Amino acid sequence: MLEVKDITKRYGPLVAVSDVSFRVDRGETIGLLGPNGAGKTTTVSIIAGLLSADSGEVLIEGNQVKSDTDPVKLKIGLVPQDMALYDQLTARDNLTFFAALYSLAGAKAKHAIDDVLNLVALSDRANHKVGTFSGGMKRRLNLAAALLHDPQILLLDEPTVGVDPQSRNAIFENLETLKKRGKTLIYTTHYMEEAERLCDRIVIIDHGKVIANDTLQALHQLLPVTNIIAVELDLVDGFKPEQMLALPGVKSAELKQNTLRVGVHDLSREAPGVLRWLAENGHCFHHVSSEQPDLETVFLTLTGRSLRDS
Amino acid sequence: MIPFLALVRKDLLLFFGDRKAVVVGILVPIVLASFFGYLFGGQKGSAEMSKVPLLVVDQDGSDISRGLIAQLAGDKNLDVKPATLDDARESVRKGKATATIVIPKDFGKDAGRALFTAASKPQLDILYDPSHNVELGMVKGILAGAVMQTVSKEMFTGSGGREMVDESLAHVEADSQLPADVRKPLRDLLSSVKELNERQDERRTSGASGQAEVSGGLTMPYETHEEAITSGQNVEYNGYAHAFAGMGVQFILFMGLDVGIALLTLRQTGLWQRLRAAPLSRTMLLGSRTVSASLMAGFILAVLFTFARVVFGVRILGSFAGFVGVCAAFSLMTAAFGLMVAALGETPEATRGYSIMATLFMVMLGGAWVPTFIFPAWLQKLTVVIPTRWAMDGLDAMTWRGLGFSSALTPIVVLLFFALLFGGVAVTRFRWSVEG
Repeated sequence: MLEVKDITKRYGPLVAVSDVSFRVDRGETIGLLGPNGAGKTTTVSIIAGLLSADSGEVLIEGNQVKSDTDPVKLKIGLVPQDMALYDQLTARDNLTFFAALYSLAGAKAKHAIDDVLNLVALSDRANHKVGTFSGGMKRRLNLAAALLHDPQILLLDEPTVGVDPQSRNAIFENLETLKKRGKTLIYTTHYMEEAERLCDRIVIIDHGKVIANDTLQALHQLLPVTNIIAVELDLVDGFKPEQMLALPGVKSAELKQNTLRVGVHDLSREAPGVLRWLAENGHCFHHVSSEQPDLETVFLTLTGRSLRDS
Repeated sequence: MIPFLALVRKDLLLFFGDRKAVVVGILVPIVLASFFGYLFGGQKGSAEMSKVPLLVVDQDGSDISRGLIAQLAGDKNLDVKPATLDDARESVRKGKATATIVIPKDFGKDAGRALFTAASKPQLDILYDPSHNVELGMVKGILAGAVMQTVSKEMFTGSGGREMVDESLAHVEADSQLPADVRKPLRDLLSSVKELNERQDERRTSGASGQAEVSGGLTMPYETHEEAITSGQNVEYNGYAHAFAGMGVQFILFMGLDVGIALLTLRQTGLWQRLRAAPLSRTMLLGSRTVSASLMAGFILAVLFTFARVVFGVRILGSFAGFVGVCAAFSLMTAAFGLMVAALGETPEATRGYSIMATLFMVMLGGAWVPTFIFPAWLQKLTVVIPTRWAMDGLDAMTWRGLGFSSALTPIVVLLFFALLFGGVAVTRFRWSVEG
């Protein structure tokens, strides 16, 4: 559906993206994950035809965007990171305008507008000025405006920036609906939980380069541990967690306050041995749970830096 | 065509949607144009010009000085008041009076003597406000005429004048230095004046009537008839026409500037990304903005001139087609100017400052504030490179000057040339890429 091949973009001495490559199949959702300034927006801008790459190419169903008016652009819908709406106009006037940019008018435009307003649950606010909308409503309308011409590929550049959890959830539900409709989504974010919830595959970008490109499960395999056993101990006096590294299958062990975290690869095989060792050595515990490392840990493992601190 | 019309419609919706801005944008030029129109001639030129405040210090107290003051007071352009020297100086210094004429002691006697002989001329001091040089010239001109009339009248008909003639005759006879070929005609002239005065006296004594009395003294040997050359006979100059054209030009230029700044601001927003992501050509994006800005400019001009027509009687006395042509060409030029600002500007904040300065220069040098004929000759020649000068000339020609379409052609062509020039710069220098 979409193939990004070795694209590079420089701004003077600064290399914004360097030899970035990935492909997205029809109906797939991929997350472009990386810290601010990693090159995500530049990559999306090149795919949308807003920027030309210094080298490399972007193919949409095998075709390059060759000019401003190339019909290939009809296959793409862009949801910019900044709100792209006219506050002074009503929601319907905004959508009528954006529909017209794709030559939609009359009944076709009305049908498309009603459809997208329904999808983002803003039908009842269609005739209200956008300036009166909450941040979350504007974000939903921002998404709706990109769907009017029914594009196959949707480029979403951090579409949940600055919205409350409830609105973010509403946007996720909209995107999940679009996934079910078979749309191809490319979603840039620096929120791990968003990528984990939505994406089939994750492309991690750092300093303009792709440093990982795989499914969530496969990325977890890159980690030294894939599961963590969290044990809340009754007494921790004299307890030395490094003693546990001698146990078979235990890759890490750390104690914070009274919670012991033990990293293992195979939970079902290693957990009984860990708990037995604790009991046999007189370390009573009152709560046991298991956790999976998140993408933050993946990023930390791959770059040596925390994603949010980058 | 659907996207193009939608882009134009959206710009117009945004423009007219901000009703306060529209009202202010039209009200301000109307108020300013009304004010400037009143200052520069008013409706049909009937507004009374303010008189030049003039003080006179009479240290002579003679018939001639009193006659001179009366002559000055009779001039419609002067507001003459008597004053002491100290008060007069203070008034001029404070700007309450434009000038003061000081008539020195013995002015009447000395002026009469100087009229016929080589006696030294008395001096009239004029104390003036240096910020009123133009009025000073006018006061000096009126004063010259008044002095000649008053002094010569007194010499030919007044009692003081008779004494002066006798005295001058005696002086001529006694002056051994006077060459013989000068002495004789001068004696004859003074004797003739004396004889004339005696005959006038006899007529008055005998009560003779039926014959016109010889008017006393010298008078201006001509009279003037003033005719304002406008679009036709009995069509008076309407100062509001130029004022409304000037303010219209100014505020439309500012509107064009706003269009450019708005485009620069737009480039920094997601809206620009959305527009660029759509399958729209660059010509369509800039062209639609040119059309919408031109329509807005045309609307503002139409409202201004309609107001001027209804309230101040400003009429399109020349070619209506020429007027529409000049308005359209100027509107197009303004839109292209706005696009050029957007193309050359880096950021809205930085661009606003220098483009306001450039706009004000164009307005000032184009004659929108004051007519260009007030400018020095070299500046008048220089301003032909300013597009607003052509807009003003074209609008003046089509309104109060009442000229035909042919007089609008040159302004239209020049304005279209500037529109092409600015548009060309805009298209070639516009930065289309969106930085990631």
